[in-house]
Amino acid sequence: MPQLDLDTRDALAGAEAEFAPDHTRPRADVVPLYSPPEFVWRNDTERCRRCKRCVMQCGWRALSWQDRVGADHNKCVGCHRCEAMCPEKCIVVAPNPQHYKPHALWSVTHRKNVWKQGDTGGVLLTGMGNDAPYQVIFDHLVLDACQVTNPSIDPLREPMELRTFLGRKPERVELDAGPGSALALKTRLDPNLEIATPIVFAPMSYGSISLPAQKAIAMAAAECGILWNTGEGGLHEDLRPYAHCAVVQCASGRFGVHAGYFNAGAAVEIKIGQGAKPGIGGHLPGEKVSLEVSQTRMIPVGSDALSPAPQHDIYSIEDLRQLIYAIKEATDYAKPVCVKIAAVHNVAAIASGIVRAGADIIYLDGFRGGTGAAPTVIRDHLGIPVEIAVAVVDERLRQEGIRNQASLIAAGGIRSSADMAKAIALGADAVAIGTAALLALGCTLCQKCYTGRCSWGICTQDPELTRRIDPLVGARRIANLVRAWSAELEEILGALGLNAVESLRGSKERLRGLDVDPSTLDVLGVKPAGVGA
Amino acid sequence: MRIDAQGLHYRELNARIREAVAAGEESIELANVNGQRYIGDGVERQVRIDVHGVPGNDLGAFMDGPTVVVHGNAQDAVGNTMNGGTLVVHGDAGDVIGYGMRGGKILVRGDVGYRVGIHMKAYRAQVPVLVVGGTAADFLGEYMAGGVLVVLGLNGRQGHPLVGDYCATGMHGGMIYFRGDVDPSQTADDHVTIRPAGEDDLRQLRAYVEEYAREFGLNAKAILSHPFTTLVPSSHRPYGGKYAA
Repeated sequence: MPQLDLDTRDALAGAEAEFAPDHTRPRADVVPLYSPPEFVWRNDTERCRRCKRCVMQCGWRALSWQDRVGADHNKCVGCHRCEAMCPEKCIVVAPNPQHYKPHALWSVTHRKNVWKQGDTGGVLLTGMGNDAPYQVIFDHLVLDACQVTNPSIDPLREPMELRTFLGRKPERVELDAGPGSALALKTRLDPNLEIATPIVFAPMSYGSISLPAQKAIAMAAAECGILWNTGEGGLHEDLRPYAHCAVVQCASGRFGVHAGYFNAGAAVEIKIGQGAKPGIGGHLPGEKVSLEVSQTRMIPVGSDALSPAPQHDIYSIEDLRQLIYAIKEATDYAKPVCVKIAAVHNVAAIASGIVRAGADIIYLDGFRGGTGAAPTVIRDHLGIPVEIAVAVVDERLRQEGIRNQASLIAAGGIRSSADMAKAIALGADAVAIGTAALLALGCTLCQKCYTGRCSWGICTQDPELTRRIDPLVGARRIANLVRAWSAELEEILGALGLNAVESLRGSKERLRGLDVDPSTLDVLGVKPAGVGA
Repeated sequence: MRIDAQGLHYRELNARIREAVAAGEESIELANVNGQRYIGDGVERQVRIDVHGVPGNDLGAFMDGPTVVVHGNAQDAVGNTMNGGTLVVHGDAGDVIGYGMRGGKILVRGDVGYRVGIHMKAYRAQVPVLVVGGTAADFLGEYMAGGVLVVLGLNGRQGHPLVGDYCATGMHGGMIYFRGDVDPSQTADDHVTIRPAGEDDLRQLRAYVEEYAREFGLNAKAILSHPFTTLVPSSHRPYGGKYAA
């Protein structure tokens, strides 16, 4: 199909004036519109029953009604909400088939970014995780299985232990003689979090996602016996009933943070960094700070919620220790403290410092981790994969004899139970899932979260859109996902001849590499396929 | 009640304070404090705590209600993310004072260090106030989102300006008052408007200065007789124009 003819373009430019300015619109008034539409919208007019549902469902205002459905291709982000909701299934949203002359160096994406920056002069924003075509190491690792010399275990018959405890474990356990023949534990144990399966939900704040979306996640966590995470947005009143399974976050903006907030949660997380945007802060624009978001964050309505890049009381490991213990003092040492960092080059040494600073859990967020908004250049080019980070951190902590002092959560691109099993074999105690949970809620990865117009009602505060999520239905879908992955993990453990997930933790011997360069395998501590024990 | 902090680890000292607070103690006097951290941390009741000696970092962190009076100098991170209550320091205080504080008051008789009042914020009736009697160093009021910062320069280090460099970068709410002039080059002048304090400003200031003067036995009128400078944010969206979708 040829590029849109000039008349159509002019018509599109005219139609734009009808709508309030939004983030999806290039500033065509300043310079000519060079960025072509990413998608083209088509419907089969024979089958269309003219119900206008697609027009109503489009949060991007790409569709309008004038006797028939009209589409502004420039505004379509390819979220496929209209397709999914069309009763006749007569809509097709397809990539714009316009063809640019191929160039091995100047990809179409590079060209489009330059055009857009010529249009706007701005830092390009994006949502969700890194979509650049780096090698996915998970896809180049294979798991072992039992054959003849070691028996597999049938998970349909044998009990399988997926229960996991997150937190500091003692060096040794001492027992005293209790009443009668019983033994009593003499060692004082540090607080641990019991989760029914080695999955937790990633931090996603109220503000970045909608309240029904967060509620669905919280309800799923309660149902599955796992944890959800408030992110840096405070704890909404409606979610108090799910505080017992919430990790409450303390980040650089300190939004909604007070002693009662710490004590309400199951654990407290200090957020240093995020895989999608290591080393930078976050800006929730004032227009998303609605009355309810303002109440939860404890800031005025309409105020920008700016999270500075660093926490200004943490410029060193010693400072981190100071905040960890400030939180422990405020919670009377009853809550484990987790520290979340982005996976970066020096992650092993940093993690060692974090354990020595007193953290009970380290959350490692790889460079594929999701986000509601990040500069594209940061998301796509900073940080390292979680596969490498978790392997080197586990190894370092073992070498230093401090692996028992903290649990490891691996996050950032966990797409399946296979990724989960491999992450655990590389050294994680559990994995965190954010994007996968949102996909279960209907997200299609259009990566436009930062615009606040999510037609699926996930990443928006517009009540017209947020009401599209029924928390009960959403919780069911997310809980189903957790149940399915847990059942698959049991199958994997059975094939490996294991009956407890803790036996897989850090068991790199049960992994082999396929098509991975030797130096990466060396860093991972994994042998190439074909090499025996 | 009186607690002798001599030789006590902070964990034990704070456990005793928490115990006393839970038992309904109205006033707690801490003697021989020598660098113990986290005094008053997370305490959510109106209780008076008098500190004799030098308390350690994070004094009054996350606290909501107590009145803590330090009869000497304090160290770093006083009033970290505090929600309510009053912190009075009769000497100097260190760096990162009042970081992210949402409510309550911090009154410092002397000077403060770097990164003071970063990301102070206000919420409904909670308007945090931080009054510095002397001078402040760099990064004062960075990312400030609400509340009131006052720098009086009464007894500052000789020859030092009222404030260091990079004042009010990213400021998008609240007010900063200086008793005297501030050179725009010391501030993020593209984020703030600098103007002589007007009638409204002085009316607001009077209450804070009077409380400060009362606390330290000073003459409020004399303090207020000097011209003040006001810093207000130019925009509630300091970085709004930076990004493209």
